[in-house]
Amino acid sequence: MIVAVASGKGGTGKTTVTASLASLWEGPLIGVDLDVEEPNLHLFLHPILTGEETAHLTIPVVDEATCTYCGACSELCQFKAISVMGRLILTFPEMCHGCGGCLAVCPEKAITPGQRELGEITWGTAGRQGFLMGRLRLGEAMSPPLMRLVKARLEQMLAQTGGDAIIDAPPGVSCPAINAVIDSDVIVLVTEPTPFGFYDFQLAWEAFAPLNKPLGAVINRAGLGTGAIYEFCREKHLPILAEIPYDRAIAEAYARGRIIAQISPELQGTFVSLMAAIRGLAQEAAHA
Amino acid sequence: MSKIAVSSEGPSLDDQVDPRFGRAAGFVVVDPETMVTEYIDNGRSQVMAQGAGIQAAELIARAGVSWVLTGFVGPKAFQALNAAGVQVAQNLEGLTVRQAVERFKSGEVAGAATADRR
Repeated sequence: MIVAVASGKGGTGKTTVTASLASLWEGPLIGVDLDVEEPNLHLFLHPILTGEETAHLTIPVVDEATCTYCGACSELCQFKAISVMGRLILTFPEMCHGCGGCLAVCPEKAITPGQRELGEITWGTAGRQGFLMGRLRLGEAMSPPLMRLVKARLEQMLAQTGGDAIIDAPPGVSCPAINAVIDSDVIVLVTEPTPFGFYDFQLAWEAFAPLNKPLGAVINRAGLGTGAIYEFCREKHLPILAEIPYDRAIAEAYARGRIIAQISPELQGTFVSLMAAIRGLAQEAAHA
Repeated sequence: MSKIAVSSEGPSLDDQVDPRFGRAAGFVVVDPETMVTEYIDNGRSQVMAQGAGIQAAELIARAGVSWVLTGFVGPKAFQALNAAGVQVAQNLEGLTVRQAVERFKSGEVAGAATADRR
């Protein structure tokens, strides 16, 4: 089972929840940080890193001696990463999405594959569990290509170790967020009952519900704000899997890089039942 | 004198200069001696998710103009125009196409040496 921990609004507690679940998960688990623009799960799980690789995207390199400036590549490219202007061909590597279409359509075979560095993928162990993360290169604008490579590595790791994975997803509801949850079996939305939290939670529901995956909510900082989020969940038949109280002790522990499931028996209990609720949600969907 | 292109909100000399280059509605191509115009629609670039500036630069290069008068050209479009040998004059928003061309003809318009990152 792959569990994606997502949110609409940032800063609602995705990493807090992911780290806590990873710390007490029953059975083998790989904790995955797919928030590649600013990975931070490692700050809580303190993994021992055993491997790393640099991730690349295939981009076009044009041999101008062979190019006839026919424009087939430029016509095909939806992102204008390759442009033919008269007897001039330009590439914009940072615009390239790496589809490889230009290489395929070039009738002169004048385009060869080059590389753009996307970032780094590192992996290792955190206690008895596995750990994997991607970190986007500074200046790189596109995170989904790196995320796809991290997920490919996850697939390899899961094939070796078996067990489950929990993904710390990026915030928002755009391409990176969708990429983080699209291959998961269960989506856990972490939110907070503030007006901003509620607004973005609705966006998240609109974005993720059409994926037809089991979906549940974790309400962090419960006790703040209004009841609107609870009403919304009731209306949409969205189960509330756990509530984490609004408590200064939690903020203090988080700020020190501690896993909050480990600071009190009550919180440990909250995350043990959250794990059970997530498993329940997945099983329910499997039998539906 | 060779032709110049002005990013424009409409097809005529009396339309406003479109301050955007890549996502301009279109380009009025003007022969500064005769003031005869042609219009290039840029609607296809306007709806692109990315690369609008490069696409617009392709249109401009194909039109065979030597200058572009506009409000602002982004860095990639600037690079493309530069490679195609088209000179760029910026900050001409708030004028009509005709006024921009007159200003160009009177020599008050300077070519930009680098992309204006504002």
